[in-house]
Amino acid sequence: MPRRLFDQHLRELQDHVLAMGSMVETAIYRAMESLKNRDLELARKVIADDQLIDQKRFEIEEECIDLIVTQQPLASDLRIIIAVLNIIVDLERIGDHAEGIAKIAIMIGNEPPLKPLIDLPRMAELSGSMLRRSLEAFINHDAEAATKICGEDDIIDNLYDQVFRELLVFMAEDPKTITRATRLIWVAHNLERSADRVTNISERTIYIATGSRDSMIASKY
Amino acid sequence: MDPKIETKNLNLYYKQFHCLKNINFKVREHQITAIIGPSGCGKSSLLRSFDRMTDITPGARVEGETLLDGKNIFDPAVDIVELRKRVSMVFQQPNPFPKSIAENVAFGPRMLGLNQKVNLDEIIEKSLRAAALWNEVKDNLDKSGLALSGGQQQRLCIARVLAIEPEVILMDEPCSALDPISTLKIEELMQELKEKYTIVIVTHNMQQAARVSNWSAFMLLGEMVEYSVTHDLFSRPQDKRTEDYITGRFG
Repeated sequence: MPRRLFDQHLRELQDHVLAMGSMVETAIYRAMESLKNRDLELARKVIADDQLIDQKRFEIEEECIDLIVTQQPLASDLRIIIAVLNIIVDLERIGDHAEGIAKIAIMIGNEPPLKPLIDLPRMAELSGSMLRRSLEAFINHDAEAATKICGEDDIIDNLYDQVFRELLVFMAEDPKTITRATRLIWVAHNLERSADRVTNISERTIYIATGSRDSMIASKY
Repeated sequence: MDPKIETKNLNLYYKQFHCLKNINFKVREHQITAIIGPSGCGKSSLLRSFDRMTDITPGARVEGETLLDGKNIFDPAVDIVELRKRVSMVFQQPNPFPKSIAENVAFGPRMLGLNQKVNLDEIIEKSLRAAALWNEVKDNLDKSGLALSGGQQQRLCIARVLAIEPEVILMDEPCSALDPISTLKIEELMQELKEKYTIVIVTHNMQQAARVSNWSAFMLLGEMVEYSVTHDLFSRPQDKRTEDYITGRFG
């Protein structure tokens, strides 16, 4: 016997998480575009839109509270709602990282470029792709896909180390580059942290599917 | 720790009907164990088998063993009165005797041969206090038990059980006839009682099972489908049938 109305609400709840995820993914993409293209207008939009992401988070939280109060969810229903409550926090924080990158884009303004941006866009692209796939795994309650995404965080970490070392060399060779290089390190750091948040989301999917939180407790991310 | 009650391949038949199928179940001492499941799944029959109430059902037949502290309760040598003194039942519908509050509580000890007034008064007060009813009735002990509210009547029935100092208290839907406040009182009382007694409760109310019990068992069609720590049963059941039942997608 299905619980038609409750099932519908649960589906809608998860769809709203997808919608929020898409807002966050757009924010990361736009923040990197604004950095690459020196598009300060776009950077300001990312900053302004972060409020919408925050607002969405609280709307979804409210939906969760409502379902707990009215439906007394148990078992996998409960796990979905608990996972959603955690995932929206991670999404909101990724949104904050996008906002951080946009603020750096504004700080850099029209300073001459230190170097062509290669690894940073790669990091952004991969973390965006991880985010997209982590939400796909979430909506399908696919523990296998989620586990695979967690493994990809190592690639991001390696790219971060590479960017960090490269910028350190710039600074060592010419102290005049220190300000600009440091700003780019901040960008890399924001992207690296975003990917960590994506692994959190994936771990919540594993929890929905299996009921196990072992991957979180043993997490190396 | 050894289980207080343990069933080994317990089967119960009512004439041709196979009511309990190969139940292997352990009740831990000083814990509250809840048995849930849809109507007709055998949960009440299992509960009733623990004090051999099933004996009085015509055509009932038991195979296998139920051990109380390691001794089979179906052994012909077992004294049924002694067994029911050790394992006592609280029923769904509060069923005080048409006697005074005091006499309701004194009834069991009297039946067991205790007749001295001083001792009985002591037992009455102690039992009513333990059942969280004393303060409400201490000035009206001569009033009829039937004059109490439903929730008070149920606590009187619990006091009546406590008066004979059992080891195990079986509760068959003890709150289903009660309002939410009385239900809460019984649930809180259960938490206090488990310090001294072992409690097994059958309930239709899953939230109640989740609230009060340490261990939960899910039964379906005479089988024990799943039995685990309450937290696990309600947050990550292992069997699809348990999942369907507790999430309300059963049937």
